[in-house]
Amino acid sequence: MQVKVLSTRFDIPDAHKIEVAKEHGAYSTLEKVFSMQPEEVIELVKASGLRGRGGAGFPTGLKWSFLPKNIDKPVYLAVNSDESEPATFKDRYILVRDPHMLIEGIIICCYAIKSHAAYIYIRGEYTTQAKALQAAIDEAYAAGYLGDTIAGKDFQLDVTVHRGAGAYVCGEETALLESIEGRKGQPRSKPPFPAVEGLYGCPTIINNVQSIGSLPFILANGPEAYKAYGTEKSPGTHLFGISGLVKKPGMYELPLGLPILEVIEKVAGGVRDGRTLKGVIPGGSSTPVLTPEEAKTVTLDYESMAAHKTMFGSGGIVVLDDTVDMVKLVENLISFYHHESCGQCTPCREGLGWMLKIVKKIVRGEGSTTDIDLLVELCDNIEMKTVCVLSAACTMSTRSYLNKFRHEFEAYVKSNASTQTAM
Amino acid sequence: MSDRSQLIETGKPFTFDAQRDAEFERLVPRYPTRESLILPSLWLVQEQEGWISAEAMAYIADRIGTFASMVYEAATFYTMYNVHPTGKNHICVCRTLSCYLLGKQEIVDYLKHELGIKPGEISTDGQFSLEEVECLGHCGTAPVVQVNGEFYENMNVDKLKELLATLI
Repeated sequence: MQVKVLSTRFDIPDAHKIEVAKEHGAYSTLEKVFSMQPEEVIELVKASGLRGRGGAGFPTGLKWSFLPKNIDKPVYLAVNSDESEPATFKDRYILVRDPHMLIEGIIICCYAIKSHAAYIYIRGEYTTQAKALQAAIDEAYAAGYLGDTIAGKDFQLDVTVHRGAGAYVCGEETALLESIEGRKGQPRSKPPFPAVEGLYGCPTIINNVQSIGSLPFILANGPEAYKAYGTEKSPGTHLFGISGLVKKPGMYELPLGLPILEVIEKVAGGVRDGRTLKGVIPGGSSTPVLTPEEAKTVTLDYESMAAHKTMFGSGGIVVLDDTVDMVKLVENLISFYHHESCGQCTPCREGLGWMLKIVKKIVRGEGSTTDIDLLVELCDNIEMKTVCVLSAACTMSTRSYLNKFRHEFEAYVKSNASTQTAM
Repeated sequence: MSDRSQLIETGKPFTFDAQRDAEFERLVPRYPTRESLILPSLWLVQEQEGWISAEAMAYIADRIGTFASMVYEAATFYTMYNVHPTGKNHICVCRTLSCYLLGKQEIVDYLKHELGIKPGEISTDGQFSLEEVECLGHCGTAPVVQVNGEFYENMNVDKLKELLATLI
């Protein structure tokens, strides 16, 4: 089931070094790219059907075409390497094992969108990864692939690594821009969208590491070769991170469209310790959980996930077995989102705190049925009433556990009721 | 947790060492506004000193030519900036989702017992500090621990024992 499109050089020793990467094809698309007009590059990426790999799945080429025409301001590229959604650990493989694929992708993108400055926003926790990336960028400068000219072409491009410092919200694209500008990571109201008014008030494209990393393959082999993988509406491959209570957790490159249960079974070895499957988180902690029954018909693509009222997200699959206490898991998730709220919007800052207090009360065995209903009501009242979707990430996932595993919440409440009767 | 809004003064002025000074100057032309240098500068201070004092924040503000409040805002918002001193070995245990499912609590309990400190505290000899942190992005090799920026994956109590022995 596994394929090698983005991960071609991942297992080659020292492929993070420029001379080894070049022996295996790195930077080989640049001659072709520079022979094309920037608009032709955009059309080619559009034709590939590549969709943003950060979570939202918005078509990459289309995003680029939203840049205003005849701009008299600089255009910026911000590469989102925040990778902060729990259960997501795919982009760091690109950063460490094949950073030159990312740099080549950045050159392709910047040429297409006529940008001369790219910032790679990398999460602060990625310490060793940031060093590896910076080393590769230094190599690229020394080899003439970045700087005043690119591979002999009169095209100037600077790439700067900008480290975050532990804020989940900075994965949200406007919070990311605020963070590059030196402020706390509080998302901006949209519109204006970043393509029109982004970094330093200038038109800005924000793309995920994996989206940018997909460009060299598309340029080298053409849109049809990319579309040969995946489904019609979700073409290509994805670096899936499979974790949780599974035999062989890890990062696997797969075409989109495969049945999720088959992937868990055949690629990741199935549920650990002979236990049975209780649920699957399909695309990072914020995506609504699937029951084993629902998961039977789910395939790993944007359309199937939407049809099952969940999301493809970042491709971070978490396997939950029958030992998992769903109420305590929800406590863990709400605690995460509450901690990561930037504090800008009251429904999120205060509301997630209320949700946490209520779920803790239920876990302590002091809750009642009213508390379960109150949690559902809070989800409804918080969701989509904030500047960004951080609060929705918490409420959408929490609601799915409340709906699909309500009996577990009720069991906690009942144990409380029986204690009270006994007293 | 200690109150991140409370800054600590050392009573001594701060300056970048030669290496950090050069890195600061390399970054200046990379950004169209000097405020963009706030986050990189805070990292440079933390690399140099291990934590960020009130004097260091004032130094950054002067060096950049911005308000001290801008630097304070960033330093206190972003939780990875240590606005208080840490132990020589700053141990962060991931507490989120996959690490939670795969036994992070056992890791935390062992460290609390072994080091005699709770998350947010420093051991009396100054050797260790402990913190529970949110997702470290190593879910496929959970549970994971980070010590002074280095990752230790697939952790368990036996591996922790070995690790602590190398740190002391």
